Amino acid sequence: MSNQHTSPLRVPLVSEERTLGQLTEEICAPMERKPTTKWWVAFALAVVTLAVGVGMVSYEVATGIGVWGLNKTIGWAFDITNFVFWVGIGHAGTLISAILFLFRQKWRTSINRAAEAMTLFAVMCAALFPVIHMGRPWNAFWVLPYPNSRGTLWVNFRSPLLWDVFAISTYFTISAVFWYFGLIPDLATVRDRAKGLKKRIFKALSFGWNGSSRTWHRYETVYLLLAGLATPLVLSVHTIVSFDFATSVIPGWHTTIFPPYFVAGAVFSGFAMVLTLMIITREVLGFQHLITIRHLENMTKVIIVTGGIVSLAYGTEFFIAWYSGNPYEKFTFMNRAFGPYAWAYWTMVTCNVVSPHLFWFKKVRTSPAAIFVLSLVINVGMWFERFVIIVTSLHRDFLPSSWSMYTPTVVEVGTFVGTFGLFFTLFLLFTRVLPIISIGEVKSVAAFARGGHAPAQAGQAAHGSETPHEHPAEEPVQMPAPALAAVAVRKDMPV
Amino acid sequence: MNQSVLLSYFDSEEHILDATRAAREAGYAVHDVYTPYAIHGMDEAMGLKSSRLTWVCFGAGLLGTTSALSLQYYTSVVSWPLNVGGKPFNSFPAFIPVAFELTVLFAGLFTVAAFLLRTKSFPGSTREALPRVTDDRFVLALRADETDAKVKDLLQRHGALEVEQMEVAS
Repeated sequence: MSNQHTSPLRVPLVSEERTLGQLTEEICAPMERKPTTKWWVAFALAVVTLAVGVGMVSYEVATGIGVWGLNKTIGWAFDITNFVFWVGIGHAGTLISAILFLFRQKWRTSINRAAEAMTLFAVMCAALFPVIHMGRPWNAFWVLPYPNSRGTLWVNFRSPLLWDVFAISTYFTISAVFWYFGLIPDLATVRDRAKGLKKRIFKALSFGWNGSSRTWHRYETVYLLLAGLATPLVLSVHTIVSFDFATSVIPGWHTTIFPPYFVAGAVFSGFAMVLTLMIITREVLGFQHLITIRHLENMTKVIIVTGGIVSLAYGTEFFIAWYSGNPYEKFTFMNRAFGPYAWAYWTMVTCNVVSPHLFWFKKVRTSPAAIFVLSLVINVGMWFERFVIIVTSLHRDFLPSSWSMYTPTVVEVGTFVGTFGLFFTLFLLFTRVLPIISIGEVKSVAAFARGGHAPAQAGQAAHGSETPHEHPAEEPVQMPAPALAAVAVRKDMPV
Repeated sequence: MNQSVLLSYFDSEEHILDATRAAREAGYAVHDVYTPYAIHGMDEAMGLKSSRLTWVCFGAGLLGTTSALSLQYYTSVVSWPLNVGGKPFNSFPAFIPVAFELTVLFAGLFTVAAFLLRTKSFPGSTREALPRVTDDRFVLALRADETDAKVKDLLQRHGALEVEQMEVAS
């Protein structure tokens, strides 16, 4: 059955009738026309912000990490908060592209490309922080196990920090491969439309893709395998990040709930960031029919679920702190809620526990403006979650004489702001040079719920109402005589 | 060696699926089918066997696990055994995260490399797509002759927009 995957009961994934050719035109348009003023303004802002970050990092590297607000008690603060925050943002991209693919959630097709790109850029931002935290980033290669001239000196494979190195670099590599692999057919589409130098570039990038079904068959197999590999990978990455804390003995960190709690938090904040980006993108590029309200609504539903898991984790932590009878643990949690950083804790609770519940209302769930505001609120909340976990656990340690407070310096804030500049600069460039929506995948769902027929036949009503043939050889399909004329020939091509 | 194939252009997924099935039932050899996106059920219509790339993935994964475990065993037990609180040198559970990561890394990279080799895809490949195949046309390439009226009739009946003969590298 050719159209076993279509059903008249199913709501279409893309909301307007488009022919396959129109889809190609539309998705390629932002790359082919001159950038708009809005784009230039956004790009200029992003580059200026990036420049601030570059300046701050250069100053820090030249002077030493003494320019940060860290002290003997609080040795990890802004940088690791930002590291965990950015890694978390990245997770939604892989979740959309891999886990939703395995679950056959076809609605992912309009958003997976941009979400995967977001993953790559977020992981780049994240990776910056541990590297600059080293203080001597030019020695960063010391974290790799390689035979060296310093005796039989190897990295310590029992350290969660080293696990992080492997987790983050594998995550980045596999995400990049997965993203590029998904791009190959679309790069060929761009190649076949381009001229001159651009054609030569895309010819090299598309690896000689010619749409052969023998290749598609293998391609689909490999795509499925990569999705299957990326799914446990994405869960492992934040699990390993949480081990940085969970394997220590600091009250507030030493908890077995951390791995699932961190993964849920990552998906929660990542989806919020995808929403932030997608709402801007669909408005600016006019892709409302491809990234529909339903796409946004589905993502908000994921946010309700993951927000619920995160809230449950907060509650469980508190309960265990009391139930364990461990006075240090109990103190840490009381200090979080009512101590000097209570404002951060309650910001976190308001943003992460209370605000997602607004998505229970259909009105909120289907209003892009409301979703946009809430997605920003959730991102703020998730940043504060990491800040609260890290700083409040450290600032009141076992020895009251070393208790201390932490305030970030301009350098730390500037570095953090600068990573947003890096992220948006890369994302804006991405919208200009690559198709931000997976052309091939959107085409494959364009016919959904329209009797199984590609929208190209929308005008041929008599034809579209026919039921699919079991034995096409015996029952010939009635093709309107002027079939060639019925299809608008848009280009100088043989058919 | 070059061989001659009969290309027929279609404008929808359903037409090309039906035409492919019909052509195979009628006994024509399908050279290939070119489509702008992966069509569900096309492998079965063309009679393609499951890809063996899954085995490459499995093998590469195993290689990743063994490499990671051997590296960790060698560095932590043989080359530089470090006594930390009397814990065993071969602290196997601590080696699992890195072993897992390298399993995934090897499996992913080797599978994609095998795909590229098998499909002869590489930067600088001079292979080109047929007109509009990466846009909105579906092409069935049969090992048949233009002069064969029966095949032309079959293709027309299944909605072929145009039929042409072409020489391709076999």
